[in-house]
Amino acid sequence: MNRQIVQLFGLIVVLFGVLVAFTSYWSVFEAEALKGKQANKRPLLEQQQIERGRILAADGTVLARSVPKGRGDALRYVRRYPQGALYGHPIGYSFVREGDSEFEKFHNGELVGEGSEFGSILDELQGKTQEGNDIVTNIDPEAQAAALVGLEAAGFGAVVGIEPSSGRVRVLASNPPYDPNRVPEELTELNENELEAPLLDRATQGRYPPGSTFKVVAAAAGLDSGAIDLETTIDAPGTIDVQGQPVSNGGGVSYGPIGLDTALTNSVNTWFAQLGEQIGADTLFEYMDAFGFGSTPAIDLPDEQVYVSGVFDENELLGRGDPVDVARIAFGQERLLVTPLQMAEVTAAIANGGSLMRPQIWSRVVDPDGRVTEKLDPTRYSQPIDEQTAAELTAAMEGVVEEGTGTPAAIPGVAVAGKTGTAETPFNESCGGGSEENQAWFVGFAPADDPEIAIAATVECTTAFGSEIAAPIFRAVAEAILEGE
Amino acid sequence: MRSAARNRELVALIPVALLLSAGFAAVFAEENARLGNLSLIYGAYFLAVCLATHVYLRLRLPNADPYLFPLVALLTAFGLVMVYRIDADLARDQANWFVLGLLLFALTIHFLREYDVLERYRYTIAAAGILLLLAPRLPGIGQQVNGAYLGVKIGPLAFQPAEFAKICIVVFLASYLREHREVLIVGARRVLGVTLPPLKHLGPLLVVWGASMFMLVFIRDLGSSLMFFAAFLALLYVATGRFSFVVIGIGMFLVGAWFFAETVPHVHDRIAIWLDPYQDPANTGYQILNSIFAQADGGLFGQGFGQALITIPGTDDALLPAAQTDTIYSLIVNEVGLFGGCAVVLIYLLIAARGFKIALLADDGFSKLLATGLTAVFAIQAFVIIGGVTRVIPLTGVTLPFISYGGSSIVANCVLLALLLLISDRARREAAASGRGSLAMGTA
Repeated sequence: MNRQIVQLFGLIVVLFGVLVAFTSYWSVFEAEALKGKQANKRPLLEQQQIERGRILAADGTVLARSVPKGRGDALRYVRRYPQGALYGHPIGYSFVREGDSEFEKFHNGELVGEGSEFGSILDELQGKTQEGNDIVTNIDPEAQAAALVGLEAAGFGAVVGIEPSSGRVRVLASNPPYDPNRVPEELTELNENELEAPLLDRATQGRYPPGSTFKVVAAAAGLDSGAIDLETTIDAPGTIDVQGQPVSNGGGVSYGPIGLDTALTNSVNTWFAQLGEQIGADTLFEYMDAFGFGSTPAIDLPDEQVYVSGVFDENELLGRGDPVDVARIAFGQERLLVTPLQMAEVTAAIANGGSLMRPQIWSRVVDPDGRVTEKLDPTRYSQPIDEQTAAELTAAMEGVVEEGTGTPAAIPGVAVAGKTGTAETPFNESCGGGSEENQAWFVGFAPADDPEIAIAATVECTTAFGSEIAAPIFRAVAEAILEGE
Repeated sequence: MRSAARNRELVALIPVALLLSAGFAAVFAEENARLGNLSLIYGAYFLAVCLATHVYLRLRLPNADPYLFPLVALLTAFGLVMVYRIDADLARDQANWFVLGLLLFALTIHFLREYDVLERYRYTIAAAGILLLLAPRLPGIGQQVNGAYLGVKIGPLAFQPAEFAKICIVVFLASYLREHREVLIVGARRVLGVTLPPLKHLGPLLVVWGASMFMLVFIRDLGSSLMFFAAFLALLYVATGRFSFVVIGIGMFLVGAWFFAETVPHVHDRIAIWLDPYQDPANTGYQILNSIFAQADGGLFGQGFGQALITIPGTDDALLPAAQTDTIYSLIVNEVGLFGGCAVVLIYLLIAARGFKIALLADDGFSKLLATGLTAVFAIQAFVIIGGVTRVIPLTGVTLPFISYGGSSIVANCVLLALLLLISDRARREAAASGRGSLAMGTA
């Protein structure tokens, strides 16, 4: 019988080996996937027992904090947002049942004080409980408030403001806003409100036709690729024929042979359509990619809440080699769809000598003892154009604000560079289907000679032009930033 | 020889003492505001009981295997720390159950020194085992838990008879197979290329199969049914060496289980939940899913003693249902990680190794089969519940021996341990007496 006993023991060894294998599978190999399961409330319940760190504005204003509820075993922390709707975007929310979003979601690890597994063992041996870190953001409260006030007077839309030299995001506002404090009671209604879509962060998730603001991208590509220089003139009649359909200037004005400065100042469509054909689709796409089109912006928000900008066929992103109407892309039509964040990045790159910095909302992480444990180290995302092209473009964009379509953006005593945009969006169902609806834009930076802020402002479903409705918002936000400096 | 084995046992108890002190100290440090300094008293009390048992073994079974008792004490200490961490009152009960278990352990050793007498009463013991299994369905004393009939309550005394029945059944099978193994082997006939046992000796074996099916249907206890039948097949194989018997047995069990899974809703549900727990994660799948989620949270090293969430904070709703019994292994993995879980599995494996070693050393057929059967049923019980909470097999309400909270489980397994040590003491004494070669083997 001894042989059978040894065999039986062998079987038991195998069976126990299976137990170890399954335990390893659940506790290590599959652990991350299990923590992400909808049915798994454990990670959120555990986090609820940790005092989540605060989120602060650049000046120390508290944007989010945790308050204790209950005692002993029942102790848990609940999130509060003292500034209400003003920072619903981009801070987001974090609740046990409703989950989390935006900045709260992206920076969850730092906010709950997640460390390495070995680090937490050391903490445990020392009897430390896990504590969350505070995060200080780059958001400027004055400018954020100015943006939201401006938007609320103008209509639904968004404003993004970036410090060009560092990529620090100073403003990120989306109208209509929502109050994150009300998410536990109202999440269903907020989600079901498709007309206003208050949970949609229009700054990063709103995809709009860019209109004439895209002309700065075409101009950048033209100058930087050598297709044109400042001396080059192109004849710009009132109407030209592109692929069997007419392209006209505003008011049908004919300009004759003009250079870039005049064409940008007066936003001349027929000039840019011909520029587009000169550059060619491949080169234009190359420059668009370098500016960040075609990929998810590298901002510190969850990927699913940051949309890609580019030329779309239905929902499919087009690129080099796809059949597109490059002439119409060059002045901002065709199937171009862009987010306010993407246009702010384009503007910031031009303002920063052609160097595009990675846009970041966070500035530093502060541990519970008040020590700064991490600090934003600004990094370059790309260099789409050289310094000379950037300087030439800046000069042309100054002309837009001084004497062209962008005069309402002018700030007394400060040189401002910018570009207006008005994309016609008639019969748009989300605007109520009216025939006069526009997507109004203004992109720009100030001061033009030493830029502190680059801003993209847009208003959807408006009968007004970019110069009338978006440029004043730009001005208010830029003034708030410059006054605060 | 005498003192050598017991000295090894005494040395092996040292890590138990260390683990217990460290574990209680950890929980104590974590929750001292709530628990006061009782924990240290518990630790001292437990160690004193272990030392008393050791002294008793020194006097009564000087040659018995030196590692089994320390391994069991280790499991119990681990279980006590985990249960203590869930509820201090439950841990006090558990400690008292362990003392009662050791009293029965001592009585078993005292009265069953010549354990061959069990052979004489094998049919009485078998009848007692079946009566125990039936008891939960008897009107007045039976109790239904989660759709299964597992408990019996007579006046103030409540217990789970399946824990005791498993010993009775193993004793009967060991005795029956010792007598009939020759005829089962010799009388076997090849029919259509398959070796079948002789028909006239098949009866009692069919009874065991029937009893397992009966448990499945009437007691609705999938786990015990699986455990009993697996132990039966293990013994049948060891006794006859016929692998075909095992194949036939597994086939019969699967056919029966499949039939009842189709017809008995409780069994059907358990299997459906096992196959797809996400079907209804808030209700039927809640326990197994949260068992796995708790393990996922443990990682390699776990969250530390006393750190796991067992109820939803601010409420009495369970986050890990039956944490002190069915899912205690998941709690262990949550708090001490994959390493802790592996350590527990390893301890069971070491106990199985020592148990089978006793069977190898034993001289006579009954001792060999009894030691094999007791070890197998113990190891399979651990497999059934750990496999249940890790989704290797359907989750059933079997206890994790010596770790789970529960008086019946602790007491019954103490008796099981006593029987193994009795067999060991005799085997090693005889081995020592029969020469140096055997001596070397016996102390290996």
